[in-house]
Amino acid sequence: MGDHSDGIPAGSDAVAKAGLHDVEKFQDPGLPPHRLRLADTDPWAAKRAERQVAILFGISVVGTLLFFFGYFFIRLDDTIGTLRIQNMLLGLGTAFAMLGIGTGIVHWARALMPDHEVSEERHELRSEADRVAAEKIVGDIIEETGIKRRPLIRNTLLGAVALAPFPAIVMFRDLGPLPADALRHTMWDKGTRLVRDPTGTPIRASDVTLGSAFHVIPDGLNNLHEGKLEEKAKAVVLLMRLDPSLLNPSKGREDWSYNGIVAYSKICTHVGCPVALYEQQTHHLLCPCHQSTFDLTQECKVIFGPAKRPLPQLPIAVDSEGYLVAQSDFHEPVGPSFWERG
Amino acid sequence: MKALSQRRRHPLAAVALLLMGLMLTGGLYAVATTVNKAKADTTYSADDAHEGGKLFVANCATCHGMGASGSPDGPSLVGVGAAAVDFQVGTGRMPMQLQGPQAQQKPKQFNDEQTRQLAAYVASLGAGPAVPEEKYLDGQGDAANGGVLFRVNCAMCHNAAAAGGALTRGKFAPALAGVANSHVYEAMITGPQNMPVFNDANITPEGKRDIITFLDTIEANGSPGGADLGSLGPVSEGLFIWIAGLGVVIAFTIWLTSRTS
Repeated sequence: MGDHSDGIPAGSDAVAKAGLHDVEKFQDPGLPPHRLRLADTDPWAAKRAERQVAILFGISVVGTLLFFFGYFFIRLDDTIGTLRIQNMLLGLGTAFAMLGIGTGIVHWARALMPDHEVSEERHELRSEADRVAAEKIVGDIIEETGIKRRPLIRNTLLGAVALAPFPAIVMFRDLGPLPADALRHTMWDKGTRLVRDPTGTPIRASDVTLGSAFHVIPDGLNNLHEGKLEEKAKAVVLLMRLDPSLLNPSKGREDWSYNGIVAYSKICTHVGCPVALYEQQTHHLLCPCHQSTFDLTQECKVIFGPAKRPLPQLPIAVDSEGYLVAQSDFHEPVGPSFWERG
Repeated sequence: MKALSQRRRHPLAAVALLLMGLMLTGGLYAVATTVNKAKADTTYSADDAHEGGKLFVANCATCHGMGASGSPDGPSLVGVGAAAVDFQVGTGRMPMQLQGPQAQQKPKQFNDEQTRQLAAYVASLGAGPAVPEEKYLDGQGDAANGGVLFRVNCAMCHNAAAAGGALTRGKFAPALAGVANSHVYEAMITGPQNMPVFNDANITPEGKRDIITFLDTIEANGSPGGADLGSLGPVSEGLFIWIAGLGVVIAFTIWLTSRTS
């Protein structure tokens, strides 16, 4: 220990000792002089700090009582108002109960407990004697287990340890199976009717007036007992009607729309949010998550944002009863890219 | 005052000042945005078409053309129906203040009588959606079903709590709190600005009544979890916890490590 790090206030005047003549050489400045607190010198201040700590602990008691008051004495009726008051009392009560104890202890330690500085020297990390002793213990263990002399025990132990992880592999395998081609196909098929979400009622082409937007699911989705949400997440479609002269279908897509009615997948090609913000004047589709913007008049080409591919179009037609039906499934996987998509 | 100025260098003075400032601005904002529940007059007769025509020539024809046949500055109004007029004029969006990304809501320029006359005139030009019947606007429908329909058809633009949201290039979907039931209904059937049309084949009049009931219900009940911070989700909540939550953590850290006097 140095002569200036013993924590005694009177001995810590090392700063003053550093004269100007040897300023080039670095000297340990030591600890700053110890400064007495108000409560150390003034009994009245100490008394006041004591009362403050007591008040903080008292606040904790009040908080706990508040919690029990809220829990036992607030009658919950059918309105949301009483529930709201009860929640508030429970929350505030718990907060004050915890905060009162915490801040009280901290204030106690800061204002009243002794605060003289203490230095602790580092110990030597490893002594030679300790190292030899540890080596001897390991050697003794190996000797006493007799693992070198008994190969039968050693080999069966190795076998058991090597085999033990295999149940984990079987269990992790249950996370599968791999999705196979589920990402490439949806419920849509030739002749599947377009129906409204959530009612499941079919849509006539004449229902879709200019400027309309319909939120569409495939017919039969509501009757699924298993995997309904998974199928819906892939198959949801937005149906809109534009002036047919505004559509500029590329070669091979001329008959995918009907009288200006077009259907596009609602799943963003970026990370799969529902792209459902349709602006009927600009014919833009906006994704709410990352602002990818798709232009309906250019077959949902991306005109802004992080999406890389246009939204897949669902080819539609009209059946003999005048209802809108799908011509086929989507011609490409819907939604965001995945490793095997190619 | 002397006691106050003596304490101005207290370590907590800055925190107290910040809190006071925040409460003041928050309080003023709450007063300034008090819900203004207007009740539109929906009883409507077609006898006022002639008077409406005069109002139209004086106030609207500059952009929409004589006979409402449209001009380069404004679309034709033939066939938009009385509902579109009641919505656009009744919410103050028309006459438009200036050309911009979208017509903004502002104080009404015409009283209810004049709005009715204008609607009568535009309705006389061609068949279009009429002002909705009172029975669909009473807010006594099925709020739960309205919530389902709202989340499928409306929530993506207007926000799940109907707090509104941003669209592209300066356009936005407005918040729906404080909007008259008739105006909500008319917006659905006419598709004002960039809002798509939700005709009666898409959402039945009963469905629209349910949606209006849902909107009334969430507006009347408020936020069950306390302050909703504008119902803007992670944006405002994240900002709050970054500033207030981290602020409290930093304040405690400073207090823990500071020396006692």
